This record gives sequence, C-alpha cells and structure tokens, in this order.
Amino acid sequence: MPERERDELERRKAAASSALAERTPFAYASAPESSEIVRIEDRYGLFIGGEFVEPKSGRWFGTLNPATEEVLSEVAEAGPEDVDLAVTTARAAWEESWRDLPGRERAKYMYRIARQLQERSREFAVLETIDGGKPIKESRDVDVPLAAAHFFYYAGWADKLDYAFPGRLPRPIGVAGQVIPWNFPLLMAAWKLAPALATGNTVVLKPAETTPLTALLLAEVIQEADLPPGVVNIVTGAGETGSNVVTHEAVDKVAFTGSTDVGKIIQRAVAGTGKHLTLELGGKAANIVFEDAALDQAVEGIVNGIYFNQGHVCCAGSRLFVQESVFEPVLERLKERLATLRVGDPLDKNTDVGAINSKQQLRKIEELVESGVEEGAEIYQPACDLPARGYWFRPTLFTGVAQSHRIAREEIFGPVLSVLTFRTPEEALEKANNTPYGLSAGVWTEKGSRILWMTSRLRAGVIWANTFNRFDPSSPFGGYKESGFGREGGLHGLEPYLEFEEDGRAG
Amino acid sequence: MAKVPAETHTKVPESPWSPQAAEAAMVRVTPVDAVGLEERAASLGTRSIKRESKLFALDLAVRCADLTTLEGADTPGKVTAVCSKAVRPDPTDSTIPSVAAVCVYPALVPVAAERLRGTGVKVASVAGGFPSGLAPLDERLDEIRQAVRWGADEIDIVLNRSAFLSGRYHQAFEEITRSKEACGTAHLKVILEIGELGSYDQVRKASMLAMAAGADFIKTSTGKIASSATHAGALCMMEAARDFHRQTGRAVGVKVAGGIRKAKEAWIYLVILHETLGPDWLTPDRFRFGASTLLNDLLMQIRKEREGRYQGPDYFTVD
Repeated sequence: MPERERDELERRKAAASSALAERTPFAYASAPESSEIVRIEDRYGLFIGGEFVEPKSGRWFGTLNPATEEVLSEVAEAGPEDVDLAVTTARAAWEESWRDLPGRERAKYMYRIARQLQERSREFAVLETIDGGKPIKESRDVDVPLAAAHFFYYAGWADKLDYAFPGRLPRPIGVAGQVIPWNFPLLMAAWKLAPALATGNTVVLKPAETTPLTALLLAEVIQEADLPPGVVNIVTGAGETGSNVVTHEAVDKVAFTGSTDVGKIIQRAVAGTGKHLTLELGGKAANIVFEDAALDQAVEGIVNGIYFNQGHVCCAGSRLFVQESVFEPVLERLKERLATLRVGDPLDKNTDVGAINSKQQLRKIEELVESGVEEGAEIYQPACDLPARGYWFRPTLFTGVAQSHRIAREEIFGPVLSVLTFRTPEEALEKANNTPYGLSAGVWTEKGSRILWMTSRLRAGVIWANTFNRFDPSSPFGGYKESGFGREGGLHGLEPYLEFEEDGRAG
Repeated sequence: MAKVPAETHTKVPESPWSPQAAEAAMVRVTPVDAVGLEERAASLGTRSIKRESKLFALDLAVRCADLTTLEGADTPGKVTAVCSKAVRPDPTDSTIPSVAAVCVYPALVPVAAERLRGTGVKVASVAGGFPSGLAPLDERLDEIRQAVRWGADEIDIVLNRSAFLSGRYHQAFEEITRSKEACGTAHLKVILEIGELGSYDQVRKASMLAMAAGADFIKTSTGKIASSATHAGALCMMEAARDFHRQTGRAVGVKVAGGIRKAKEAWIYLVILHETLGPDWLTPDRFRFGASTLLNDLLMQIRKEREGRYQGPDYFTVD
C-alpha cells in the first residue's frame, strides 16, 4: 500500500473523539467528507496580472495539513522584486481600466465571483479544512457561505457609492496592500477584496504562510470570472513579503488583520507616508453572564465563543465573567458540555474542535496554559483521545483566575477559557473594560435595560447580546484601543477604501 | 464565611413565610432563550449518523416506540392488530426487537392487556380526560384507576393547561400528584402539550412543575393539535429533566410524540437526548417515541442499512 494511502486510512480510523463518546454505545461512526473533490497542485506560483507566474526570488515553501503534518503543496515565496511587480501591475490596472469602470461593471465581476464561490463551496470548504485544520462543519457552514455573502453584499454597493455618503463624493484611493491571517483564510480574503473592488481600487493580497491554498483557489475563480488582469494580485510568503507589500511606495492603502505586535510594526512603518491604514488586531473579549440569563443558551454561547475554530478567533470570548450567584450551575453545565465536544479529524462532519493551525501556535498555547497553572489557576480539560499525529489541544478552561494572571490579559488564540466572577454590573463592566484590547464583548441577561446599560459602556467594537460570534456582511466589525481601528463590513467598511471630494450638489 | 452569632436578647418577629417558602420566592425557573435553543437543536440536527451508529439508533428507536392508536374508531380488531405489530414489528425478521408499549384509550386496555400478556410489551393508556384534561377531577382520577385495574402499566395524562396558563400552578401541581396516587404502581407520563404553552419559558416551567409533582415521564404532545413535538421543544424539556436530576437525584423520562414520521427525525431526537441527558437515558425506561407511521420507516431504514438498498412499502405490514 502506498504510504499516502496508508496514512489516509490511519487518519480515518482516528475518528473524532470526545469524553462522551468514550462512555456510550452511541459513539457516532466517523463521517468524513471526501477530499477527492479538491485537486491540489504540486506547486503554486504567484498570481500577478491574471496569471500564475514563477517567483523571481526562486524560492518556494511548503504548506501542510496541520491535522496530519503532511505537506500538501509548494507555494512561491514572493521576494521584493515579485512584490514590486505585483504592485506595479495593480497600479497599471487601476489607472488603465478599473478606476474608471462604471460601478455596475465592477459589480458584474463581483457577482460572478460570489456565484462561483457558492457553486464550488464544497471544494472551498474541504480545501480550507485541509490547509488550516478547522472542522469541515465550520468551513462548510460559516467560512464559505459568509465569504460569498461578502462579495454579494459589496457588489450591491458598487453602483450606489455616490449615494452612500450624502454631501461627499467618493473616489477610489488606488492600490490596496492587504495582509490577512490564517484563522479564516478565505473569509478574510473576501472581507478585504470585496470592499476594495466595489470602491474601484486594485489589490495586492498577501495570505498567511500557513494557509495560502484557498486564496490561490480564489485566484482561479477570479480568472474564470474574467476580472481584468492585474485588478487582484496574490503574493504568497511570510512576514517579510507582507512587510514589502505594506511599505511599497506605490501602495496607497494598507489593510491588515493579524496580531497586535505586527500591527504596531506596520503602523510605525507607514507613519508619515500618507498611506491610508486600517488595522484589525487582537482581542481578549469579555463574555458576561448575569444571574438572570438563560443559562443553557449562555453555556452554548460561551462554548461557541471560545471553542469555535479552536479559539483561533480575534473576537473570541476568552474571558468569561460569571455572576457569583450562578457560578456553580454555570460551571457545572460548562464542564458537562465540554465533555460532549468532539475533537479530532477536521474532515469528519461530526468534529466540533479541529487541529491547531501550526506547531508554532500550539507552542504558544502550551506556553500560556503552563503559565496559568504556574500562576495558580485551576485547569480543567475533558478526557478525550487526541490523534497521534498533527497539532492538537484539548478544550481547556481555567477557574480561580485573577485579572493579574497572564491568561486573563494576553491573547492566547487557542481553545482556552479563563473564568472569573463578579458581584455587580459595575464590577463586571470595570473588569471587562480593564484590558488593552477592545474588539468584542458578550452580555447575557434577560433584562433588556441591563443590556442597554452594559453595551453603551463596554469599550468594544462589537457587542453581542444573548448570542456570540455572529457575523453578517452588513454589520461593521472592528476594534477599540490595541484591537485596532477602522471598520470592515457594512457601509462603514466602504469608507477606508475611499477618498472624498466636496460635493457641489450638496445643499 | 464567618458564622453570625444568633440573637439572644431581642425577640425576632415571626416571618409569615417558612424558610422554604422564602427560598422558593427567591428562586425562579431558569429562563430559556428561544433563538439560542433553536440554534442548538438545529446544530445537533446536522450530526452525521452513519453505519453502526445509525443501526444502533434505529434499533433503539424501535425499542423506545409507544405504538399508538387513539382514534374514536378504534375497535378490538384494530387494537389486536396493533398489538401483533408491536410484538413482532417485522414478521420476516426476528432480530427486530419488540416496541416498548402499545398506547390506547382506556376502553381498549382490556383487549391490549390480553393480547400483550407475557410478551414484555407494556400496555399504556391515555386517561384523565385526554386530550383536554378538563373533565371533573374525580372523573379523571376514576378513569385512571379503571385503566390500571384493566391492566394498564403506564398512564398518559395531560397537564391541566387551563390551570397552568391562568397561573393556578398549585392546582395543576396537585392534580398531577393525585393522578400519581391514582396510578398506584403504574408509571405516570404527563403530557405538557407544548404547542399550547406559547413559549419555551413556559415549557421549561411546565416540565419542572410536572416532574416535581411526581411524573415518571414528561411528554411533549397529545398528537391531537396541529403543533406537536419539535426538536427545540424536546431539547428544552430534556434540559429541564437534566437539571431536575442534578438537583434531586431523581431520573425522569422524556417522551416525544406527535408528527414524527421519518426515521431521520427520530435519530435527531436521539442525538439531542444523547448530548443533553447522556447515555443513561438511551433506554426505553427513560425515553419513548409516540409512534404510528414512524415504525415502518424505521423498519425500512434498518433493512436498507443491512442490505444496502430500499425495499418498497408493501413489504412492511400496515396494521
């Protein structure tokens, strides 16, 4: 039997496991989504000027499946010359065609891309799961449908821009340099590309080095959609490539989603250059449960808030604040619920928690969890088997956490929840706001007036009431403080890609 | 916490409430968020059940079925046929287990009891002024006693929604307690008729009330109104049963009934049960389906799983 086939078999055998599955005859048989629908090339060049080209750098790097550690493909590493070519190409495409194309014509291409994303949704979902480790359930039900929805939504704005900002006439900025993270590779590409294209800008996009494949499949879709060459260029590589993109002098607008550390470097690099900048960075969201909340649904929200996508979510509800009077029932429910989470093969349709995206990220999670134990917090993890190969981490929660612990202050970006308690709404508010971040928050209470009181005082860009991690293209998303600035999504998401002239018509 | 010394000198005024009543006044039934509940039920509905797990679920669903006929036109002949089906659901396949019980009106209990004696299949009877529960209480209790005397092992009564919805919780509670007494050793299932309760908060409240009053099972619906069992409604009741068990140590069963026709719907209920109440509830002692047309679809799916192809409906008996 060839090695690859044997590995595949072995992987299938290691079906998703949970503590519940281990004590019941009703352990769901593995239900793997077939990976045959996806054709992965041995090598991918850079997508510049509507074609895949060999990198001038001559360098390539591997991207692997974090669930098996198997190398999936080789991807070009864009050097400074490659980035320069991509930016110049984007600039030329902007000046020669895209800038002056009527909105409805730009929309036509975007609708095509959106429809193709829907047509090929299974292919995208499977590839996203193979390259990034997230459960197929999530890539199938969240990532891909939302990515298509973003293109549809912003396509609708393309011919209505003149009416979007009363009294001001919008104009495209030029070339957008966009650097995106590995947690929602396709969805983040859609969040970045859709508003840029709708507003008449051209793009150089740099996907994360551990998850480049769906962006490259999107490049194929862009080719099929017949988008004018050079309007979207995709350069793969690591941090240095990203740095070359954002500092290139012909890039007029920089959009970055990723860590706060890198965000700070970028902000320093573009300071004084006149480039437009938006940053969507880290978070340490508070999820606040009051004693009158619908507790079972709150527990679902807590689980969804922190274990969704292995906790690789910038807006994850990683700090849970529970009113002390319901601490015990909430914790009991939460621990029971954790035991039903199925961890394992991301391609299994029953898997709830997939693989950690990379070895490096796994190390970081392990290091922070160790610090939590050392600092005296009490750790809880359900018993479940983890596959022998790949990068895995059990869903984890800490109780007895103090505001001063590292696990309560630093972004872990993994399936790790810190549980804290509070006595009054004022205390909950004070503790929730006591963080350098401010991306998202959650409030759980049946009392409408308390929702309004809390949400108007929480310093976070997105606040969910009685739900968590809900996304919609029409809703703006972005942060306060060290979580960044600028908004993506909705009408607000158009603005960072536009410059404005005074409108003579305005009265 | 430091102990507060008892007052010895001043006289403490007598409280109009007992300590229990005072505590009861502070506690309220945990609210239910409809959006979150329905989302959770829907997400459990996407579990992919295949091969051995599917066969396990289908077999369990047969074992948990209450084969039901509740028509004004029920005759001894009809009930006898239903009983035969209950004992041997598939005459061509002896590996198919019997169902849990046959559920009929009280007048037909003697027929069912006669036919099912020694088979292990229980006789269940609706009683207590089914389906409205608005006959005079004495008559309802007499009906229960009569059904038990005639041989019913299980009694399905309805919650007095008239009392419950007008806030006479005490009355609704006491009627269940008295019905439980009337049952003697027979098991009592209380039908909440969730389609009439108006909200999941009410479903949860009614579940708690019925369990506290002594129900052995809580049941979703009578099957006599348009809106019957739903996955979210059942989830809400199961969450209540889980919390009741946690608080009191008493295990109460859950029965879903009304409008469940397809095997796929049935195994989604089993998934919800499994992930809410755990493996201890995967037994006919703690879970039931009210079923009539569902049974043949279960049989059809079992044969399909075993033989790899579907057999036509005429190969499964209609009783």
